[in-house]
Amino acid sequence: MNFDDTPQEAEFRAIARAWISANAPRQYEEELRKSSLGRTVLKNANILEVAKAWQKKKADAGWACLHWPKEYGGRGSSPIERVIWQQEEGPFGQLSRMFIIGHGMCGPTMMAFAREEHKRTYLPPLASGEKVWCQLFSEPAGGSDVAGLRTRAEKDGDDWVINGQKIWTSGAHYSDYGILLTRTDPTVPKHKGLTMFFLDMKSPGVEVRPIKQASGASDFNEVYFTNVRIPDHQRLGEVGDGWNVSLTTLMNERSAIGAAVSTGFPELFEYCSSLMLDDGPAIEDRAVRSKLANWAVKASGLKYTSMRAISALSKGERPGPENSIGKLVAGSMIQDVATYALDLQGAAGVVSGEDGELAGRFQAMLLRAPGTRVEGGTDEIMRNIIAERVLGLPGDIRVDKDVPFNKIPTRGRK
Amino acid sequence: MNFDFSDDQKQLRDQARKFLTEKCSPKAVRIVLDGKAPYDKELWKGLAEMGFLGVAIPEEFGGAGAGHLELCVIAEEMGRANAPVPFSSTVYLAAEALLIAGSDTQKKKWLPAIAEGEAIGTLALFEGKGNPSPKNVKLTAANGVLNGVKKPVADGAIADFAVVAARTGSSGRDNDISLFLVDLKAGGVEVKSLTNLDPTRGQAEITFRDCKAEPLGAAGEGWSILTQVLDRAAVLCAFEQVGGSDRALEMGRDYALDRIAFGRPIGSFQAGKHMLADMYVSATLARSNSYYGAWALSTNAAELPEAAAAARISATQAFQHCAKNNIQVHGGMGFTWEFDCHMYYRRANAMALGLGSLSYWEDQLIDRMRKKNAA
Repeated sequence: MNFDDTPQEAEFRAIARAWISANAPRQYEEELRKSSLGRTVLKNANILEVAKAWQKKKADAGWACLHWPKEYGGRGSSPIERVIWQQEEGPFGQLSRMFIIGHGMCGPTMMAFAREEHKRTYLPPLASGEKVWCQLFSEPAGGSDVAGLRTRAEKDGDDWVINGQKIWTSGAHYSDYGILLTRTDPTVPKHKGLTMFFLDMKSPGVEVRPIKQASGASDFNEVYFTNVRIPDHQRLGEVGDGWNVSLTTLMNERSAIGAAVSTGFPELFEYCSSLMLDDGPAIEDRAVRSKLANWAVKASGLKYTSMRAISALSKGERPGPENSIGKLVAGSMIQDVATYALDLQGAAGVVSGEDGELAGRFQAMLLRAPGTRVEGGTDEIMRNIIAERVLGLPGDIRVDKDVPFNKIPTRGRK
Repeated sequence: MNFDFSDDQKQLRDQARKFLTEKCSPKAVRIVLDGKAPYDKELWKGLAEMGFLGVAIPEEFGGAGAGHLELCVIAEEMGRANAPVPFSSTVYLAAEALLIAGSDTQKKKWLPAIAEGEAIGTLALFEGKGNPSPKNVKLTAANGVLNGVKKPVADGAIADFAVVAARTGSSGRDNDISLFLVDLKAGGVEVKSLTNLDPTRGQAEITFRDCKAEPLGAAGEGWSILTQVLDRAAVLCAFEQVGGSDRALEMGRDYALDRIAFGRPIGSFQAGKHMLADMYVSATLARSNSYYGAWALSTNAAELPEAAAAARISATQAFQHCAKNNIQVHGGMGFTWEFDCHMYYRRANAMALGLGSLSYWEDQLIDRMRKKNAA
């Protein structure tokens, strides 16, 4: 049991560290380090432009999408090298969050299902951040029930014609391309009538409307499709096999391990270490200490769980469904931590933004946190994944499983 | 990085699990639970023969000289099996105190005896209510004799010797406390068994009346030695708790798959699935924190105090959580004497108190994190 690099890993780390030290946009380091969930603010710059510039610089030097093959814009690195890179990139890694959907999900799906010519055309600019991708799966009628989607794709000559609506599409408002899951046959059970495509988001008939979130920010969108035409060669996988294609995408989402999950704990510990309460320093208060200790062991538990996963990865084992616990634990924890930080602020806790304590850091966290417990699978879905795939308990009863899609009831109330 | 046990250590775990599955069935545990024996003597002898008692004791003192990672692996299996033997008091507390502070003569006298299963040891620290603190030590030592009462003392009624914390000064500081070694079979000692939450590991009250004792470690160093002993024991106990958590989770999972209600296995209902998923989450966090503790213990890292407190808190919470919800999954059956659930519930709650309570370790953790941040 040790935390040491192998000689090869140490060499890789040294090269990565030297390059980052010479090339990273250091003028933003402090702001990026202070960013936490709900709050990544660059006061005098557009974060998308800063992110794109950093990504391009990395790509030109061969540091973009490390584990992708070189011919598609990657470096052909091992999974463990990718983890080392993330550790060394530190706060600058916050910038690649802008590309997380494209790099983590769309890219791998394209790699598995697109034609070779398309891979060579579309993947390098995706890796370099020149083109941004989004993932069009969720719909108003189906969040967790992804396979219940209603957006139609109908064949017309060599094209498919798309009509319908997607929702919760991260980054659609600045995306160039998207992968799209549609229904091509409503007369068969829901999982069997789906087909996947990729498309140009600037195609006629695509309309993106940002959604204003509870936090006031707009990270997500509604996307409307009105007679949008997609050529058949942009189909990913077979007609009717879209569910299997989408599983590849979702598996890639969950296997993005090694990235540090935000828990809010370091922020709270730092805050309590200097905060004065009416009766003295917060850190001397028995109740505060108990709360901190409970969150401390969750945060360290997640950290060392991720290190165990990285160790398994370095031995060539595949990341499994047990990695679902990161988001499950961190999601509700960050919400609780933010709530508690505001409680400690008393009446002043209500004041947010630049007017608030610590420039509204915990207020921003509070308002963004509910989303974390929903996006990429709700807490309930995460618990189901653990119960079914790790503990081997039976799946939920699905009454719509063998029913043709067009015969499934659509309204709950009688 | 290799944040995992080695193949050899995993093999040792398999060996320990196989041995304990055979020699420490729930039926065997019940002999002690039902009060028919104070501990499982056969099992104790077997553990000695397997080399498990002396796994972290150096060869020159009769042990296997393997190390603390190996001891962690065995501790986990002891917890899984709910073994009714004085393992933690003898191996984690008494032996570790001797390893840290014992003279060569003291080590030669007691450590081989521990490794061979000939001597049971314990730590006599507590004196009624309260957590580990120099001010809670009232028992006095003067001119080589002890006077005072210790309770509860884990496995005190079956122990051959005890490491006793005594007051040797009145400065009001940590260096008022010194440690002593007492042969409990000699004169001046009166032992009384106490009923307790977990009858598979006894508790006793020990009265010392002008009892002869030899110093263990330097005078006035007692508290600093004790802190080290408690930190090491916290990591080792955490592995027992992780083993217990996993077993309780397994029992709950298996029952949820077998038991049918409303025409379905109860493990197919989302409320039950989610309860079991949460048990898995707490057991996993505890395991990861404990691995970090194991690393710090085995390398004697500067991080040990913080890592030990984190492992202790996380594993205590996980074992209590899993043991409690294992009963809940079982419904009424889980609350019967006949089912094994209560054995883990008892052990979980007794272990939560043995080295100082959860709130004590919460305090320790925050103090240690502050110290690190200040450094």
